[in-house]
Amino acid sequence: MKPALLQIDNLTKTYQGFKALDDFSVQIPQASIYGLLGPNGAGKTTLIRILNQIIYADNGTILFNGHPLNAEDVSQIGYLPEERGLYRNMKIGEQLVYLATLKGMSVEQAKAQLSFWFEKFQIQSWIDKKVSGLSKGMAQKVQFISTVLHRPKLLILDEPFSGFDPVNAEVIKNEIIELKNNGTTVILSTHRMESVQELCDRICLIHQSKKILEGEVYDLQQQAKDRVYHIRLQINENRPSLEKFISSCEAIFDVNFTGENKVDLKLNYADQDADAILKDLLSTSSLLHLEDQIPSVQELFVRNIKKHGN
Amino acid sequence: MNKLRLIIKREYLARIRNRSFIVMTFMSPMLFIVMLALILWLIQFNATNSDTKVWILDESAQFEEVLSAQTLSNVELINQLTLDEALAEVAEKEVMGLLYIPKADSVEQSAEGAVMYSKSSFSIQMITPFELAIKSKLEEERLKNLGIDQVQFDEVTRSYSLKNQNYQGELNLKGINEIKAFMGGAFGYLLMMFIIIYGGLVMRSVIEEKSSRIIEVIVSSVKPIELMIGKIVGTTLAGLTQFMIWIGIAFVLFVLLFIGLGLGLDGLFEREQLTLGNDNEAFLQFSQQLEGYIQAVLQFPWESMAFFFMLFFILGYLIYSSLYAAIGAAVDQETDTQQFMFPIVLPLIFAMYIGFISVFDAPHGDIAVFFSIFPFTAPIVMLMRLPFGIGANLVEVWQLILSLILSFTTFLGILWLSAKIYSVGILMHGQKPSLKKIFRWIKS
Repeated sequence: MKPALLQIDNLTKTYQGFKALDDFSVQIPQASIYGLLGPNGAGKTTLIRILNQIIYADNGTILFNGHPLNAEDVSQIGYLPEERGLYRNMKIGEQLVYLATLKGMSVEQAKAQLSFWFEKFQIQSWIDKKVSGLSKGMAQKVQFISTVLHRPKLLILDEPFSGFDPVNAEVIKNEIIELKNNGTTVILSTHRMESVQELCDRICLIHQSKKILEGEVYDLQQQAKDRVYHIRLQINENRPSLEKFISSCEAIFDVNFTGENKVDLKLNYADQDADAILKDLLSTSSLLHLEDQIPSVQELFVRNIKKHGN
Repeated sequence: MNKLRLIIKREYLARIRNRSFIVMTFMSPMLFIVMLALILWLIQFNATNSDTKVWILDESAQFEEVLSAQTLSNVELINQLTLDEALAEVAEKEVMGLLYIPKADSVEQSAEGAVMYSKSSFSIQMITPFELAIKSKLEEERLKNLGIDQVQFDEVTRSYSLKNQNYQGELNLKGINEIKAFMGGAFGYLLMMFIIIYGGLVMRSVIEEKSSRIIEVIVSSVKPIELMIGKIVGTTLAGLTQFMIWIGIAFVLFVLLFIGLGLGLDGLFEREQLTLGNDNEAFLQFSQQLEGYIQAVLQFPWESMAFFFMLFFILGYLIYSSLYAAIGAAVDQETDTQQFMFPIVLPLIFAMYIGFISVFDAPHGDIAVFFSIFPFTAPIVMLMRLPFGIGANLVEVWQLILSLILSFTTFLGILWLSAKIYSVGILMHGQKPSLKKIFRWIKS
């Protein structure tokens, strides 16, 4: 694992008797995209607001880049909240410069960054427009720029794709990947599991204020799969001996002979030498299809939430 | 500090670039001046309008001199008609009334038989000049009968006024207290208006950020209290700018109006002179008195008054505008603010009434002193007391200092309280605010 940009330990936050975060600990590695998942009301927004120092935890520590998170660090963080908003009657260029200078950037730097991004998105003509004259998707683009304009080390994106058409969602997705490749750490909170699958290096699943699953997406999927091959064979010769072998092998189940000498079966390889069994099977038949069923992030999500009770 | 400056600058620019703000800034003085000009014009119009014309039919021929057009405006002698003819004609013409004085054996009897005919009843203001005119003729006549010289009579009835000095032997000007109280009242009223107008502006600016949802982005960059202070200061500066422009425009327009339209003060004085019954001596006395008042007003401790005025004005405004900011944070829409408005405006109105009741009668009495120290009424009531002067038996220094300290402490307390409500409230959406909920936010 890459060194951690954020190390969160034993974070607890209580609102009037309700625990919004309970002894929550994670490490978020540098230059990665980190998926923050969980059902509504699980505590994601609480965590995000604590990271942005909008609210403060009751207990626990947060190390940012090796030092305890402090007020100066807001200049290193870019935040795209789920509830979007801009000043409706302020010119877009002026507004973006204002937001960047609030994050500690100089006006000159902010203006340079502004023209960089506006050129990139081909929207130079918007600079003197007001937000009230933009469509929702256009305003979302402006908002995205406002989040990255001050070149933050940490980007916190809450549902960044909502409100975008598929083409623009793709544009934003590619920007996020490029930012990551340039060293930015991204925390992505979303309910769109296909985006998580596509983008995230690691995920953390929060449920009822607690972390219930955390790790690299690939590892989690491998751990969670039910270790069963779905196999289809074409029987070439000596069908009786194959049938005998199948019925004698404990690891094989759900056998279904179909059509002309074809068979569908499932092979549980959890605690068996799958290679040996496959060799035996293939001595009298040839392989039409073999599939290792890996659960999608969606399945991981649903399964784990169910396991921990709704 | 740098962020605070950025917020103040943005708030200030956002306010003064607002279209309705610009319209208000330049339209209000115009409207005010137009209204004033209209009033002045109506007064003049009223004076020359044939509606107010009075016909005089003096059959005794004794009163022609005192009722002539030189002493009374808008009269016309119509002695060639008989009473019946005149009455028939006056009903048709647009004439206010007909004063009929019958021919009799004596002036006394003529006056006794005199009648003012009119369609509807005369106002006291309208009828008094005629009464005074007739009375002056009667006086003259009675003096003649008694064999008393006019000069002797004037000597006998010479007016008297008691001098009023303070313990240091300085002459007090009668009525100056009323002028001071009036000035204090004007200052207090100005502060109240400023609080209501610009406090409301602070509130709307908070609601705007909340309802446009940009607030979450902003508070991820700055502390809520910084944002709140920045908003209050920025809006206040915009308010002061507007006030300055108003004063400037009003000054220029007044000068233009009086020079250009010729609706001069002379005309007003002339009318004043007439109501005083054409008594030149009384007018002279009046103008001397006026000069005395102007002298006294100019002798006010203007520097220290301006200083404390600014101090109390700023403190009072800060106390109330931070309350307005808290309300803005507690609600989602402006329509939800109504229930909280009353508790804010109440102490302001209360302070004004307390000021008018207690300060006018006894500017340094117990009630006035108490409410000029009690923080929520102090700015207004103290502003009303200040024109009476600072010193022993006046606004005492300890009262000023105590009032300032209490007001400032209250401001800090309110600021802390408002900041608490603000920092919780700005992230709350879709909840109907109640005092109970707000109390919980303060505790959390």
